Amino acid sequence: MENVLVLENVKKAFGALKVTDDVSLTVPRGQALGIIGPNGAGKSTLFNLITGNILPDAGRVVLMGQDVTRAPAMKRVRMGVGRSFQIPQPFGGMTVFENLLTAAAFGRGLPEGQVSEDCADILLRIGLLPRANQLAGSLSLLDRKRLELGRAMATAPHLLLLDEIAGGLTEAECHALTDTIRALHGEGITIIWIEHVLHALNAVVERLLVLDFGRVIGLGAPDAIMASKEVREIYLGIEA
Amino acid sequence: MQAHVTTRTRASTIAAFAAIALILIGFALPAFASRVMIQDMFFILTMLMLAQLWNLIAGYGGMVSVGQQAFVGIGAYAMFGGVLIWGWDPVAAIILGGFAALALSVPMAFFAFRLHGAYFAIGTWVVAEVTRLLVAQWRALGGGTGTSLPRHVTANIWGVDWVADLFDVRQAAARDILAYWLALALCILTIGAIYWLLRSRTGLALAAVRDNDEAARSVGVDARRVKWMVFLAAGFMTGLVGALIYMQTARISPDAAFSVTTWTAYVIFIVVIGGIGRLEGPILGVLVFWGLQSAFADYGSWYLFALGVIAIVVMIFAPRGLWGLVADRTGLALFPVQRRLILPER
Repeated sequence: MENVLVLENVKKAFGALKVTDDVSLTVPRGQALGIIGPNGAGKSTLFNLITGNILPDAGRVVLMGQDVTRAPAMKRVRMGVGRSFQIPQPFGGMTVFENLLTAAAFGRGLPEGQVSEDCADILLRIGLLPRANQLAGSLSLLDRKRLELGRAMATAPHLLLLDEIAGGLTEAECHALTDTIRALHGEGITIIWIEHVLHALNAVVERLLVLDFGRVIGLGAPDAIMASKEVREIYLGIEA
Repeated sequence: MQAHVTTRTRASTIAAFAAIALILIGFALPAFASRVMIQDMFFILTMLMLAQLWNLIAGYGGMVSVGQQAFVGIGAYAMFGGVLIWGWDPVAAIILGGFAALALSVPMAFFAFRLHGAYFAIGTWVVAEVTRLLVAQWRALGGGTGTSLPRHVTANIWGVDWVADLFDVRQAAARDILAYWLALALCILTIGAIYWLLRSRTGLALAAVRDNDEAARSVGVDARRVKWMVFLAAGFMTGLVGALIYMQTARISPDAAFSVTTWTAYVIFIVVIGGIGRLEGPILGVLVFWGLQSAFADYGSWYLFALGVIAIVVMIFAPRGLWGLVADRTGLALFPVQRRLILPER
């Protein structure tokens, strides 16, 4: 089981709009893959297809060697897929700690008592320990982003999907978050990261995928991808 | 990391002792209270249960049902059916009411869970109205005009003679006392069960689903299962309460038993006034409602008008209810469910 994720000719259309157009992708264990592309390129949809929030029209999704194409999101979380949302979706009426506790208890299928210390460790790591007993709905944007990361970590993922987690943060905030993500990667967690903040992304990922109109238009080492003419034209809008 | 988790607060420890004292006083009440007071207490307890159950599905589960009268009505009618058709004792037939309501809540959930928000509310109401119209066709139980429990039945309810002897009262008063005791026991059971549920693992799931359905699924919470579970449990309990209410009144009609005003609008009023999404809310709310009812119910439609105005004022100035005001000012929680992380002193 070397490949954590395999997508085979995955297709998804909303009406006439092909948001995912014949995407194939293999992510080996332990790799960090970045995904870039203009707004509306189908990046978040690709995540939803991997997590099971959306089911594909055609193609296959294989996680940890198991075909999960029709499996519900819940089952995939238990298999080790953790995700953060582009727009933070905290459980606003619960405390920060309870947000993590819920994710850990249900994501791992363990009793609360067995995961609470681990949740405290994660809070320490992402810098939210001082806010542990505060309602998640009252957090600032940075803390909401941290909570997104922490809640995904709490499910003990093998594969971590990060959706524009650095967007909207200041330089210093972005730096701290990137350090945490790099450390997670160092622990062997496979990461797929959608991001517009390229310097943050390129500090972590080993491979870059470029998506446009639902199609893969580039996949390779970040340097090579960023240098390619096609990517510069389509993604950065630079006339070559 | 060394850390532990607690839900207990000092106020909750005091509240636990106060609750035990109140329960003991509650059971001893018929020894020194008047019959009117026992009837008032029965009203308060049954409305409190309905409010707690609605609060469970709407306040905690995010399912705003306007069809709870279906469960009250079907529970009451099943109890009457058990007595009048199969010759059960009314107290035993209460359990039939619970199961009838449970049976009704399955198709209602199946239908209404496909709908969201306002459509869900209307969907539950439609199911309740359809049930009322069907029950009104039930000739054996008086059809549209309803029926009463015959005197030989009400006089021979289990335990009535014993209560009549114990307090030296007439049978009608003894029946009120018996109904009151059952209401008290069922109320303790209801609040206890809801509190236990909220503190359990399911409570976390329920809160997560209420706050954000999609995010809940993304951390492995089975949102559908949680909603079904809570909706069915609330349906069953609401049916028991309905059966108990009509055991006490001993007279039933479809319009009264399936009244959206009495069993849903008043109940929502209680929860909204007291504070939705917390166990303390309905307790405070039912006391306010009872106070208003005893003071102003003689004013007819002006009374309903006043209730509406009060509800609007509270919603604008205290969106989380009267208990929300108290909790925001003092941080008081008598039934805390929040899991707080306690770190060792460093």
